Amino acid sequence: MAHPVTPVSPPLKDELDIVIPTIRNLDFLEMWRPFFQPYHLIIVQDGDPTKTIKVPEGFDYELYNRNDVNRVLGPKASCISFKDSACRCFGFLVSKKKYIFTIDDDCFVAKDPSGKEINALAQHIQNVLTPSTPHFFNTLYDPYREGADFVRGYPFSLREGVPTAISHGLWLNIPDYDAPTQLVKPRERNTRYVDAVMTIPKGTLFPMCGMNLAFDRELIGPAMYFGLMGDGQPIGRYDDMWAGWCCKVICDHLSLGVKTGLPYLWHSKASNPFVNLKKEYKGIFWQEEIIPFFQSLVLPRDCTTVQNCYLELSKMVKEKLGPVDPYFQKLGDAMVTWIEAWDELNPPAQAAATAQPTAVNKDGPSSKSK
Amino acid sequence: MRTPPSLLSLTIDLALHNLSNISDLSPVPDHILLDLFLRTLRAGKLTEKVLKLFMATGKDEVLSLIEALNIQHIVIPVLPTTNIKDAEVDIVIGALHSDLTAFLNEWKPVFSRFHLIIVKDPDLLEELQIPEGFNLDVYTKSDIDQVAGSSTSILFSGYSCRYFGYLISRKKYIISVDDDCIPARDANGVLVDIVAQHITNLATPATPFFFNTLYDPYRKGADFVRGYPFSMRSGVECGLSCGLWLNLADYDAPTQALKPEQKNSRYVDAVLTVPAGALMPVSGINMAFNRELVGPALLPALRLAGEGKLRWETVEDIWSGMCVKVICDHLGLGVKSGLPYVWRKERGNAIESLKKEWEGVKLMEEVVPFFQSIQLQRSATTAEDCVVEMAKTVKEQLGQTDPMFARAAEAMVEWVKLWKAVQSS
Repeated sequence: MAHPVTPVSPPLKDELDIVIPTIRNLDFLEMWRPFFQPYHLIIVQDGDPTKTIKVPEGFDYELYNRNDVNRVLGPKASCISFKDSACRCFGFLVSKKKYIFTIDDDCFVAKDPSGKEINALAQHIQNVLTPSTPHFFNTLYDPYREGADFVRGYPFSLREGVPTAISHGLWLNIPDYDAPTQLVKPRERNTRYVDAVMTIPKGTLFPMCGMNLAFDRELIGPAMYFGLMGDGQPIGRYDDMWAGWCCKVICDHLSLGVKTGLPYLWHSKASNPFVNLKKEYKGIFWQEEIIPFFQSLVLPRDCTTVQNCYLELSKMVKEKLGPVDPYFQKLGDAMVTWIEAWDELNPPAQAAATAQPTAVNKDGPSSKSK
Repeated sequence: MRTPPSLLSLTIDLALHNLSNISDLSPVPDHILLDLFLRTLRAGKLTEKVLKLFMATGKDEVLSLIEALNIQHIVIPVLPTTNIKDAEVDIVIGALHSDLTAFLNEWKPVFSRFHLIIVKDPDLLEELQIPEGFNLDVYTKSDIDQVAGSSTSILFSGYSCRYFGYLISRKKYIISVDDDCIPARDANGVLVDIVAQHITNLATPATPFFFNTLYDPYRKGADFVRGYPFSMRSGVECGLSCGLWLNLADYDAPTQALKPEQKNSRYVDAVLTVPAGALMPVSGINMAFNRELVGPALLPALRLAGEGKLRWETVEDIWSGMCVKVICDHLGLGVKSGLPYVWRKERGNAIESLKKEWEGVKLMEEVVPFFQSIQLQRSATTAEDCVVEMAKTVKEQLGQTDPMFARAAEAMVEWVKLWKAVQSS
């Protein structure tokens, strides 16, 4: 990428929030500082709310712990998971920006094959600001990338593409494997840099990983609910999967695009495969029912907003997946609660409202940068 | 009190223990050799390798003992592996240029092991020039006329000449590449072996029902990611492998005319399965397929009135590719796209091509919705059946809008007949 002579303001500086769930610390931010510092951070502190999470100097942030979640949502707080990175979706809920980038606290800056550090955020922005092509697969991948285009045979009527709702990035080093694969291949590392971004075709589901993800909150935000996981729940490590399947069917229905591929980041921590297996165990069996459910569902034509689609989805979940396990009844209810919370915190009128006062605010975070 | 074992006995036991490290038993005295052999039998350690070791000594006592005991070599059946024998591959080249010397010499490191089928474009007047050092068969207009002469709808001219090669081949795997491409080099400067990569693509499963975000999970260093359903991890057979192009990418004339300087220099190190239900433009420039599974589905049917000798003046492969994809989706087979790359040389003038009537572009607009919505009947369980059914639907639904489609439908029907006739001869 050519660098401009006069400094340009970082793209989408005032339109993008970076949401980070954490239970440990935020040391990893130091490495991201050159790329993240211009942006506003929303930190969702999971686990013990009495612990103080130190945010490195110089970042503009708001931090929410469990007490804040309870205070802001009241009884609706039941839909936000505890002791699981699924709690990150609370950050999506309270954000006032158009775009979200979310990243895990064990993800660092990766280098491309030339040795250059990858600005993952800039790539995600590039991905969401250019169209997607879900209706026909382009064999040269993202045609909007510099140096690429639509290939011969690609229908011209489809070359405008559709708006991109989600940009799904990947990981070098520790790949996002499930527990059984981790147990069988504990030493496998992802060293292959695949220089491509591509649109996942309409009608095709994929496993969405929440470690390195960006999305347009206005286009798909209400569907980015990460479900009921962790403490008190029979399942874990399926939060982002669930959100991904819901989002994909809704994106397909509303003709929005989902991209995957670049950017890469460096995933440094391999979680304990035995602990993971306990969390994922039920998910591994349940997904055999869940996938056919998502693959065959049809959203009614009159569902034209994300919220309506999502509420319809919650009904279907209770009806079709309820028989699999009572968990899905609870999940369906939580999905409704989530939409109610979303609409309450993001009423249409306030979308264009100016910044609120920073005085003590019921909906405010427990700590903010000065 | 038990007598302790003799030193000799201990030595023979030690030899038995270390038999796998011994390469030659000839220096061993006969009586010790015999004793060793008997102890080997008693210990149950007689394997093929060990037997050969004893027999190689040539000592009569051992050999007669082997005969007396009727010890025989057992031929262990070769277990199937993913190694494809060279004999299962045909490389088909449609020759649109007469001088193939440079082309074939460039490909020699990759092609010389295999059998080549070269089909000369019937419109090409000059004699083909082919260098030494290849195992190949050349087919020209007279061969085509002899085999397919009775067919009136199928024209094997121009790029469609390669289909004749697919027709008469007897092999399981076909690799096909245009005669204006040479081997590419990967990011490390290593020559890309398109045959090896295409074969790997075709011989490993495809995963069309769920997208794997780390692309081909069967590649070394990759796997299925978290959240990928286990029931889908065995994949399905791959019917088609679509490669890509460095330098001159397969763009249409308008795109190439608009960006004459744009060269594809991005080497994307991935193979992925194109999901079921997703359509794509299949380029005939660099591709491979499993002839036993999808052979008849690669067909010369849609011919433009102004079709020319440059790729961007044709859509025959695009039409064929849509058919193949729909058929693969119907039969539960996979289609892969990505590696390998070829280096495609520049030729032709895109703007000149624009001047010709490029009806192909207009046609695509009508064709896509048709392919997206077509449903083949359950009873169509082979590629032949699928083609016949598709031809019928093409005639019914598209034949009315443009006579070109009616002709394409006829060609498809003719093709299946021809295919069946050639297979049975």
